[in-house]
Amino acid sequence: MKALVAVKRVVDYNVKIRVKADNSGVETTNVKFSMNPFDEIAVEEAVRLKEAGKLSEIVVVSIGPAQAQETIRTALAMGGDRGILVQSDEDVQPLAVAKALKALVDKEQPSLVILGKQAIDDDSNQTGQMLAALLGWPQGTFASKLVLDGGKLEVTREVDAGSETLSLDLPAVVTTDLRLNEPRYASLPNIMKAKKKPIETVSPADLGIDASPRLVTLKVEEPSKRSAGVKVGSVAELVEKLKNEAKVI
Amino acid sequence: MSILVIAEHDNASLKSATLHTVTAAAQLAAKTANGAGTEVHVLVAGLNARPAAEAAAKIAGVSKVLLAEDAAYEHGLAEPLSLLVTGLAVHYTGVFFPATTYGKNVSPRVAALLDVAQLSDITAVVSADSFQRPIYAGNAIATVQSKDSIKLATVRGTAFDSAAAVGGSATIESVTSAANPGKSAFVSQQLSKSERPELTAARIIVSGGRGMGSGENFTLIEAVADKLGAAVGASRAAVDAGFVPNDYQVGQTGKIVAPELYVAVGISGAIQHLAGMKDSKVIVAINKDEEAPIFQVADYGLVADLFQALPELAAELSK
Repeated sequence: MKALVAVKRVVDYNVKIRVKADNSGVETTNVKFSMNPFDEIAVEEAVRLKEAGKLSEIVVVSIGPAQAQETIRTALAMGGDRGILVQSDEDVQPLAVAKALKALVDKEQPSLVILGKQAIDDDSNQTGQMLAALLGWPQGTFASKLVLDGGKLEVTREVDAGSETLSLDLPAVVTTDLRLNEPRYASLPNIMKAKKKPIETVSPADLGIDASPRLVTLKVEEPSKRSAGVKVGSVAELVEKLKNEAKVI
Repeated sequence: MSILVIAEHDNASLKSATLHTVTAAAQLAAKTANGAGTEVHVLVAGLNARPAAEAAAKIAGVSKVLLAEDAAYEHGLAEPLSLLVTGLAVHYTGVFFPATTYGKNVSPRVAALLDVAQLSDITAVVSADSFQRPIYAGNAIATVQSKDSIKLATVRGTAFDSAAAVGGSATIESVTSAANPGKSAFVSQQLSKSERPELTAARIIVSGGRGMGSGENFTLIEAVADKLGAAVGASRAAVDAGFVPNDYQVGQTGKIVAPELYVAVGISGAIQHLAGMKDSKVIVAINKDEEAPIFQVADYGLVADLFQALPELAAELSK
């Protein structure tokens, strides 16, 4: 059984981002990029399923610029078998990403697609659900536990009020939440081995999809800043201020 | 053409997120060119959900409630629900979901089936086709224009006031269920049982971070929360460390909150956490590290060891 895992190259989560002076977007030159953290969880889950003998092959896909090869390479070092880069320098939005992934799913015929629930750059939280809809597949979003048994996938999902468990027919789409697993660091030998693993490059046109943006970003601004308030000297002073100054308790 | 709000409910009653979403929909209706003829409708899809539909009919500003009753909708499964909403959406110029785990699960499926782009987590309705939404954990605010004929969005509840729960008298119309693809089934749910208010609806929240050191130590937080009638939250670090369940998490990938008072205890103030609480009216930070970034956003900062400060605070609040 084959799995397809989608990974996105994003500005590293430790980078303090800056809005461009002309308000056209966020500064991305000379900024560290890495794999979207939720996608690392997706790769790790696929690798664990393969190690448990539940999967035979892991295909890693990324949609983005040529540098997204490095992101795929990271996933291959973690245990992916081969990669496919859908190369585009445009702003490829979630619906177009979902269409590109659908085209690859049609070709590769995986039984399972695993993606991060959300990319930490545009914070959309859309692609997995869109892909599942385009394929007519069931989905297990915000997954904190997967049990793959025969033709069924039992997914425990993080929901606002706690968690819930669904039973899905395969093939299915899963999006990962934080507690699903703790991703491994690739070992040096595995990083070396990953350099020899194949990565195929295709264009959106090769897949027969239109990847042009559907949403137009008119401007990007800094959020209003909160200024630091005062330091209080004691718990008693804090309570007094909350009661009499802020009047919130 | 009107705006359709997808209600989040438990069949018996509406979740508060629905009321905030109605306000956003009313704003879009008012900004639509022929605003006078644009109504706000609410879809209640569930099983034995008439009580929730009746509550929706009372919301001020809602003209019509669509009620779809089917066993397939009882637990909010995305596959059948998205087909239902897609079938209805073609009659609307806007479809708004609350940006909760419920809305986020279903909405993108509808967008894909309609072949329209989705606007996630909108925080302002700028015009009939433009919206503001936070990106990069709220470190930038994008104004985004949708050229699609249906504006499909999830709405961040904290950015819109709650619509009045009473005052309306909408008609309730039953709608036919859509097909159920039958590829998914609800097995069970494990709801966090708590006597405390829900995080996203609470007036006061007391949250703990990595500094709490263990899950057991959260009893110190709970003691203070109970004195204040507050909800208990946590940073991602505390969830990652296994101190508390994920549904406590406040932040970029957890819950977005904006209470009257937010008390951050042993939380350093990573941007991922600030993204979830920086719109709170008053922020209090208690941390022993006076360089912690949380103090840069706190109205009141107390540099102290939380293991002394929390019991003191509970005692002070009892006075």
